[in-house]
Amino acid sequence: MDAKTLLQQLFPQHPDVQFDGVFFSGVGTSGNTAVHVIGTIDKAPIGVELARRIAGEVLGVVRNHPGRPILLAIDTSGQRLSRRDELLGVNGYMAHLAKCVDLARRNGHRVIGIVYSEAVSGGFLATSLFSDVCFALPEAEIKVMNLPAMSRITKIPLPRLQELSQTSPVFAPGVENYQRMGGIKGLWEGDLAACLAAALALPVAGDERSADGEARGGRLLARPLAKRVRHAAA
Amino acid sequence: MNSYHEASARGRVAGLLDPGTFREFVPPTERCSSPHLRALDTPGAFDDGIIVGAGRLGGHAVLVAAQEGWFMGGAVGEVHGAKLTGLLERALDERPAAVLLLVESGGVRLHEANAGLIAISEIMRAVVTVRAAGIPVIVLDGGQFGCFGGMGIVARLADAILISEEGRLGLSGPEVIETTCGVEEFDSRDRALVWRTVGGKHRYILGEAAVLVDDAIAAFREAALQAIAAAKPDLGLAALEAEHARLGERIARFGACADALDIWRDLGIAEPERLPALDTAAFLAAVADRRA
Repeated sequence: MDAKTLLQQLFPQHPDVQFDGVFFSGVGTSGNTAVHVIGTIDKAPIGVELARRIAGEVLGVVRNHPGRPILLAIDTSGQRLSRRDELLGVNGYMAHLAKCVDLARRNGHRVIGIVYSEAVSGGFLATSLFSDVCFALPEAEIKVMNLPAMSRITKIPLPRLQELSQTSPVFAPGVENYQRMGGIKGLWEGDLAACLAAALALPVAGDERSADGEARGGRLLARPLAKRVRHAAA
Repeated sequence: MNSYHEASARGRVAGLLDPGTFREFVPPTERCSSPHLRALDTPGAFDDGIIVGAGRLGGHAVLVAAQEGWFMGGAVGEVHGAKLTGLLERALDERPAAVLLLVESGGVRLHEANAGLIAISEIMRAVVTVRAAGIPVIVLDGGQFGCFGGMGIVARLADAILISEEGRLGLSGPEVIETTCGVEEFDSRDRALVWRTVGGKHRYILGEAAVLVDDAIAAFREAALQAIAAAKPDLGLAALEAEHARLGERIARFGACADALDIWRDLGIAEPERLPALDTAAFLAAVADRRA
């Protein structure tokens, strides 16, 4: 689904959203609630400029619209791969963006992520995956790396990876895998405006992803092991 | 002088903390290894490449995590990540003087990529939660494998990064960029280019790392003590707006620079070509008051 269709379906009452290159931002209404939407299109690689731009928009909402919910609709093929971005410290820009998202969260803004097209690695980490809760459309793609590239790097034969990915959600791309592991809270299907309203009405909780992953059978160790370390006898 | 770079993760922890004070949580005797590596017939490790525990540093209670680069490049999988997240959550209960992260990681472990990516996000969330609770998180970066991928983001969420000349910090490693974009974009075998792009000296000049230290465990220990004393975790709006302005100035001023040498020259550092060859003391003198 493209961003314009997504926005129309999320905000049937004509959202006020401006597009500028691969970036967009604006305000839509969910029920009686104004929602600030911030996003990217065209599987935008996220480099220093775009990371900072998204961060600036989040800071603006915190500064000028206390409490307004934020919807991150980021379409990204991952971090921009370039020597220039590394030279400028792109990891610091990604961290800055994550800190801004967390600031919004701590200041009482709901921050919801929706993966509507593609989400990959570093671009995902600093944006929608760092929301309070992240959702995805069923047709969206979420991955770290495709299986052929993974096979080359891990030296594990592709047929073996393909076979294992039939039963294990742990490495193969796919929104269902991320849902089973708790990274994605749920899939948005049908009436997207209703899905958004329901997400906004969810109780504010901490990081529930390891508990979700355990309950859904996709990530059985993360929660109990973190708990064991937290409470181990000193 | 004990090299931090050459030491194992366990050696670093032992040398960093007050002697005999380290207590490990979920030690290798508990045989907590990755089931996902087992499923792929890939050798595992009973600590999954990370050591977590508590100890004392100059008498201060601290929690410590150390990644072992010799096991899968310190890459983060489900078990590895959960140990680190659990340690950070423990800080909320115990309120130590600081959490020390001895990073050495290529980021997500591809053999369990989805679990690793989510685990890094959970670590990120835990780091900012610990800092928001007023507990400093200090990163030490001087291992053989550097700090890349999602762990490069985690590192920059901390209060301060202490780095040695040998330390490296970035998001996409040089090999990844070369493989994807070609050798003309980034020649990962050009050591000098790699070091002046992602190495400790450039990270210090740029302000990404707070302190540049000698490659000695004792030097990291001294710097960590000072960092704990200096840390005042602040993730408020004003602090982030100031960071936002700094990062904007960096793009405006250095965005067109093709090489670290251009940035160093622009900062008014005399004879930037000689910086890589200087020892730490001479380097610090050469760049004093010239950092971005």
